[in-house]
Amino acid sequence: MVLNIGPQHPSTHGVLRLEVMTDGEIVSKITPHLGYLHRCFEKHAENVTYEQVIPFTDRCDYLASMNSNFGYVVAMEDLMEIEVSERVQYIRVIMAELNRIASHLLALGVYGLDIGAFTPFLYMLRDRERILDMFEYTCGARLLYNYMWIGGVSHDLPKDFEKICFEFLDYFEPQIEEYNNLLTYNKIFIERTADVGVIPADIAISYGVSGPNLRGSGVNWDVRKDEPYSIYDRFEFDIPTGTGEFGTLGDCFDRYWVRMLEISQSAKIIRQALKDLPGGDVFETMPKKIRPPKGSIYRRTESPRGDLGYYIMSDGTPSPSRVKMRSPAFTALSCLDEVSSGWMISDVLAILGSLDIVLGEIDR
Amino acid sequence: MTVDFLIDLFSKFIDVPVVAFLLAVTIAGIPLFVLMALNATVAVYVERKVSAFMMDRIGPMGQGPGLHAGKWGVLQTIADALKLLIKEDTVPASADKLLFKMAPFIIFIGAFLGIAALPFSSVIQVVDFNVGVFYIIAVASVGVIGIVMAGWASNNKWSLYGAMRSAAQIISYEIPAGLSIIVPIMMAGTMNLQSLIEFQTGSVWGILPNWIIFNNPFSFLAFFIFFISAVAETNRTPFDIPEAESELVAGWMTEYSGFRWAVFFLSEYANMFVVSGLAATAFLGGWQSPIPGLFNSPLWGLFWFLGKIIFLIFVMMWFRWTFPRLRVDQLMHVCWKVFIPIAMLNIFGVGIWKLIIG
Repeated sequence: MVLNIGPQHPSTHGVLRLEVMTDGEIVSKITPHLGYLHRCFEKHAENVTYEQVIPFTDRCDYLASMNSNFGYVVAMEDLMEIEVSERVQYIRVIMAELNRIASHLLALGVYGLDIGAFTPFLYMLRDRERILDMFEYTCGARLLYNYMWIGGVSHDLPKDFEKICFEFLDYFEPQIEEYNNLLTYNKIFIERTADVGVIPADIAISYGVSGPNLRGSGVNWDVRKDEPYSIYDRFEFDIPTGTGEFGTLGDCFDRYWVRMLEISQSAKIIRQALKDLPGGDVFETMPKKIRPPKGSIYRRTESPRGDLGYYIMSDGTPSPSRVKMRSPAFTALSCLDEVSSGWMISDVLAILGSLDIVLGEIDR
Repeated sequence: MTVDFLIDLFSKFIDVPVVAFLLAVTIAGIPLFVLMALNATVAVYVERKVSAFMMDRIGPMGQGPGLHAGKWGVLQTIADALKLLIKEDTVPASADKLLFKMAPFIIFIGAFLGIAALPFSSVIQVVDFNVGVFYIIAVASVGVIGIVMAGWASNNKWSLYGAMRSAAQIISYEIPAGLSIIVPIMMAGTMNLQSLIEFQTGSVWGILPNWIIFNNPFSFLAFFIFFISAVAETNRTPFDIPEAESELVAGWMTEYSGFRWAVFFLSEYANMFVVSGLAATAFLGGWQSPIPGLFNSPLWGLFWFLGKIIFLIFVMMWFRWTFPRLRVDQLMHVCWKVFIPIAMLNIFGVGIWKLIIG
């Protein structure tokens, strides 16, 4: 029987259509159909100026807009050879890591929802709300920030931001244990996720899976550590990898668990960055005229979903001649068929949820 | 105050037995119907508030009177019910119209018949069967016919999946439920609900009430098996796979809207009421007071019985807002490989216990 999951379905995380061949409850083949959220990001980018591309990157990965911005501005600054001021670097890292926490909280909460647990979702959204409040306090926007600009950021941090942020971290870090008690160590949750949807390391690498999904398979790969961009080489943090704690290495539980551990690592980075946050002007290194020299560049950064790469080709005019975004969620989705055939319908949705895809980024 | 009493009463005034019977049944049925509607109204409101407080939300507000412009939203369910009543009643073009329209009634009847046998107090019971336990177990499984009907007639794949899962689940979980309710029957030696409750008079060790759950370790275990199976039979989380929102959209209810859907909802809460009532009767002393020898008048009995039911329904809500959902094969695993063997052993255990200790 052919079952159409989506485009309107409670757990496709957006407008994704999965064409699922089933034999009773068992799934034999999955064909994802994309494009329901295609907004021509790359074509649009060719027709606007370089700084006008940034709001479009917000709308690609709308759950981690800061990280989307970050990737683009890092690539642009390398292309134009701009040295960004220290304060801007620190602010960017703080914002990106806060956004990583927010994005992971949503991913974990929604994953609970996919498995059928409603309450953890709301607990996580409650805490995510405080991060969004901080963003709103800083730059006025709650979801699509357009915060990181080429050579700087749009607004300096408010005066008491450090205090608010430390207060949040002091409140937030003990909360992680509450999530674990409520959801992670629940017997039913472990039964549903452990041993399900195993992505072995070699398959993950051959499909180009990255980010927490790859680390869930036990591969220690994080762009922040292995190819440090911005000032990530100054901070002390660990890269959590899957260990197959309750089942096989690379199962849904591992991917979930890696995200949970990454949250506390991000909090650790934010604490360090807030501690050494230098003073200064955030606008001083911003170029007056953005007209990069002829040439092209590819830079990748670690977004909450994995290696987010930007390829930017410049022909010397104020607008790019080509912008290509490498979407980590797209590659993660590509291995869905390989991983989930032979499992049940409920498992397919559990696996899909554990890949943490964002359709805005897949379709662009 | 049973229906037999009413039949006798009316027979004195009306010569035609059929008319007297119909009149008595109708009069006895109306309070049941009101109870069912009231139960659903209150339970939906309570569920919304309970879930809200568990999730750190505030829940429905703004409807009805309250401290500050309807702070408690007590009329929320009434507003929802009115909305459902005036909604368009859609029937899919490709549906099997007759079965589609019949299914809600069958599910409703299954839930309704169960309430008729519940002993609300030593004097308030609509029908006092001599096989009350058996009757409730039997009518509680009528609902599954309606579910399969609804799922098949909708001509929708999600509905079909939901219906098939539901049929497998309810039929499987009836076995451990039935096996574990044999324990109180063996101990009391009766299937009559009133005699079952009377058996539980008095106290054990002077402190605990002499309820069957406290009688011996096997009956203690049997209560939990029965209650968990009952949760599974009413399709509540963590066993809500037939209507699993994140998998099957709405399962067998996908194509229903308006009042037909409201009837399903009503029946779900009525089913919860019936299984909680049966659990309270068979294991928790029915209308017996939890303090042995005190507060045992019939009116107090009504209070205790409803109190126990409300407590059990609250526990079901607590489950729902805490646990994730099981997978369909894990569900079967729990039923056939865990509950049924334990329930079987329980029967032997309680038999031996009865032989040796009394």
